[in-house]
Amino acid sequence: MQLRSFVELGDLRGSMPASAVPAAPTFLNVSRRAFLEALGLSGAFVLATASAARAAETWPTGGDAMPHGLVIDPKVFVAIAPDGTVTITAHRSEMGTGVRTSLPMVLADEMGADWAKVKIIQAPGDEPTYGNQDTDGSRSMRHHIQSMRLMGAAVRMMLERAAAGAWGVPVERVEARVHEVVEKGGTRRAGYGELAKAAMDLPVPAIKDIVLKPESAFRYIGKGVPLYDMKAIVTGKAIYGTDVRLPGMLFAVAVRPPVYGGKVKSFDARAAKAVPGVVDVIEIPGTPEPAAFMPMGGVAVVAKTTWAALQGREKLKVEWDDGPNASYDSDAYRKRMSEIAARPGKVVRNQGDVEKALAAAAKVITAEYYQPHMAHATMEVPNATAVVKNGRCECWAPAQSPYAVRKDLAKFLGLDIKDVTVHVTLLGGGFGRKSKGDFAIEAAYLSKVLGGVPVQMMWTREDDIRHGYYHTTSVERIEAGIDDKGKVIAWRHRSVAPTILSTFAPAEYQFPIELGMGLVDNPFDIPNIRCENGPIKNHVRIGWFRSVSNIPRAFAVQCFVAELAHALGRDHKEFLLELIGPPRKLDPLEMGIEGELWNYGDPYEVFPIDTGRLRAVVELACEKAGWGRRMPPRSGLGLAVHRSFLTYVASVAEVVVEKDGTVRIPRIDTAVDCGFPANPERIAAQFEGAAVMGMTLCFHSAVTFKNGRAEQSNYHDYEMVRMTNFPREVRVHIVPHRYTTPATGVGEPGVPPIAPAIANAIFAATGKRIRELPIDTRLLREA
Amino acid sequence: MAIGFRLNGREVRVDAPGDMPILWALRDILNLTGTKYGCGIGACGACTIHLDGKAVLACVVRLQEVAGREVTTIEGLDPDGNHPVQRAWAQLGVPQCGYCQTGQIMRAAALLAEKKNPTDAEIDEAMAVNICRCGCYQRIHAAVRLAATGV
Repeated sequence: MQLRSFVELGDLRGSMPASAVPAAPTFLNVSRRAFLEALGLSGAFVLATASAARAAETWPTGGDAMPHGLVIDPKVFVAIAPDGTVTITAHRSEMGTGVRTSLPMVLADEMGADWAKVKIIQAPGDEPTYGNQDTDGSRSMRHHIQSMRLMGAAVRMMLERAAAGAWGVPVERVEARVHEVVEKGGTRRAGYGELAKAAMDLPVPAIKDIVLKPESAFRYIGKGVPLYDMKAIVTGKAIYGTDVRLPGMLFAVAVRPPVYGGKVKSFDARAAKAVPGVVDVIEIPGTPEPAAFMPMGGVAVVAKTTWAALQGREKLKVEWDDGPNASYDSDAYRKRMSEIAARPGKVVRNQGDVEKALAAAAKVITAEYYQPHMAHATMEVPNATAVVKNGRCECWAPAQSPYAVRKDLAKFLGLDIKDVTVHVTLLGGGFGRKSKGDFAIEAAYLSKVLGGVPVQMMWTREDDIRHGYYHTTSVERIEAGIDDKGKVIAWRHRSVAPTILSTFAPAEYQFPIELGMGLVDNPFDIPNIRCENGPIKNHVRIGWFRSVSNIPRAFAVQCFVAELAHALGRDHKEFLLELIGPPRKLDPLEMGIEGELWNYGDPYEVFPIDTGRLRAVVELACEKAGWGRRMPPRSGLGLAVHRSFLTYVASVAEVVVEKDGTVRIPRIDTAVDCGFPANPERIAAQFEGAAVMGMTLCFHSAVTFKNGRAEQSNYHDYEMVRMTNFPREVRVHIVPHRYTTPATGVGEPGVPPIAPAIANAIFAATGKRIRELPIDTRLLREA
Repeated sequence: MAIGFRLNGREVRVDAPGDMPILWALRDILNLTGTKYGCGIGACGACTIHLDGKAVLACVVRLQEVAGREVTTIEGLDPDGNHPVQRAWAQLGVPQCGYCQTGQIMRAAALLAEKKNPTDAEIDEAMAVNICRCGCYQRIHAAVRLAATGV
């Protein structure tokens, strides 16, 4: 059910481009119920039930198991206007992956639409209608490519049947071409616009009867189309959350507890209220820890302009009760993590007998790796605009998970969910931060207190860095036992890191999602492997950050492999391939994993850990990078490989370490096996960008805490890679696959191999071993 | 007291405090939202505009400083997207999320207005003011080069 906007659309359009407000086109005149009945289904369609004839082109994914699953319903996603304009609804959020283009592109190709005549509109947060919308976990293409094709094919077949009916010929005599249906061997032809009305009156083909195009007929799938929003972006007309403008809207900023879990003791708003333009000063109620995605509380200044709100905030005097996290100190915490990692932890994987093998080993090598907290620092800060009046809430937000935001808004405001609407704007970066709707709730609360005035809540960059849902901080300690022939016979990996779970419930141990990201899923062909997890309490909100636990895990494991290779006098690549072992599909039951392996929420039999594919990306990256070539002094190549989000990625970094310790990266070669590459150019873009984000976290990213307070605040002390020193050339090599090799994740898996590849290259260049991030380049100065 | 200046070729008057950074006047009063907030301290370049043809950071340039001067924002560069820099951006598929790109484009346009054919080092130096968290630098660099030389 789509809720109508109660803010007059005319008003909105007067002050902002129409694209900011979902329009209401005419959708196919087929009721959702009728379509689902035609499918023989009453709810979300399960792909696994499709006919055997198409079995090779159909496979189960985790999409069905997501909240509200997959909806395959052309009525919801496709509309054709008499002039031939095809409107496709994008139900996943656009934060830079290109998904708002790529999924409609798949549908458009399958239905035979001309991309030039396709219009895309953005779905509001409404999972019962659209299926799961949580744009996270690198899931969009892998969960939705099949449903987009089925819907596109259903529409194409209806258009063909409409043409056949109009011409009085059997449907076999007609054929959809590009945006038109033609009579085979005849002269009659009709455009999609002409046929739309008749097609709409036809029954939707049952899923078992839907015939997909042959792969050879793909025009856009596997080839790509330009970004739908390109022109809007380059002309400044694209609407992000911060660009929403409503008549009479006010602008708000807030101060929040400097320590997580802190509360407002008292505040003096007099000076703030005296600032010209300030309308009101309002306390936002906090939420007791663990606060999940509810606001952390604080004091907001609402004003006629953002500037007035900022000026007012400067004048605000607030006394805080810091609470129990005021002692959080990153240095002390690191020492504790290290101590905990030195002791046995909870066993989460136990294969063979590690203790015995370590005792019997000729040599034991141990290393410990550290990573601090990181903030997402999306270029567009968290923000949202809301109107709450007459028992309803309407919100515009750059939301990765708009239905989750809608549910949280309903909960916080005490409204029925049907009385809450969440419109999804473009996102100026997401990286996991915008999966949480705390900022939208703040906006809604202020609008409610102000009697329904539209309010835009904007976090400043300082708020963003100081009050994030931080990437965890971690110590990863690995011990390897080596026999007298130089074989690794034992591998013990202990991980200590505050868990994401602690944001939702008291928790000191990591949960299967974190454990499955490069810890218990370690693919090495080593007889004795034990993974342990030591407990530690969080003192800040821990959240998802692009690639999540894979970042510290790949850093530790891939650097440690390079250390072992060096200690044993082996070539890193050859040694890595030996550790990976022969090509095979791992059996999780033989790996000694406690409980079930979390396989990114997707069925293991479809997406197993395939060491053949892992080996292949190592070979490809090394071949393209010229692994083994002679390097000038203080230059080196470094290698790392990691499977995450079901995708296999290897990177080889070339570095030059200057005399002052500055590390330059002339080139990175990344080999990617993400199954069928649906939009190769956007895939390449994701991996180019991942190289930059990987370099940023390698050299810059650290949010540290003293007295419970973040020590960094803005881009001057939480720095990003810039064009003064960036990976000069990132070459992305995509392993070709047919459609029948299921597409896997793209948005995240590029990040994890970058830091270890760089660190290993630095060792090759300087002999300096890197075991902590971000890298202190002062240690790399030439003596 | 209203402050007058030329904005994208038109005379405008803004009734706002003179110490207000022009960023907020553009976004919150004039509803020109193509110029983005990123940091507020002149550290990220997202708010890059042209003041008398030179790239400046709108978050640190105060309204009183632009009185009587010529301001160009992304909305005034070429509304149809046909400026060589915009065309190069589209051709090379530079943007990912796109949020910083208006600032990047304004920076690149100012650079090329000053130097027809900048060296790689000059491109790096000029563009280093602007952060792209998606990491589109390789394509940004190539697009500046394309806009300058057509290749």
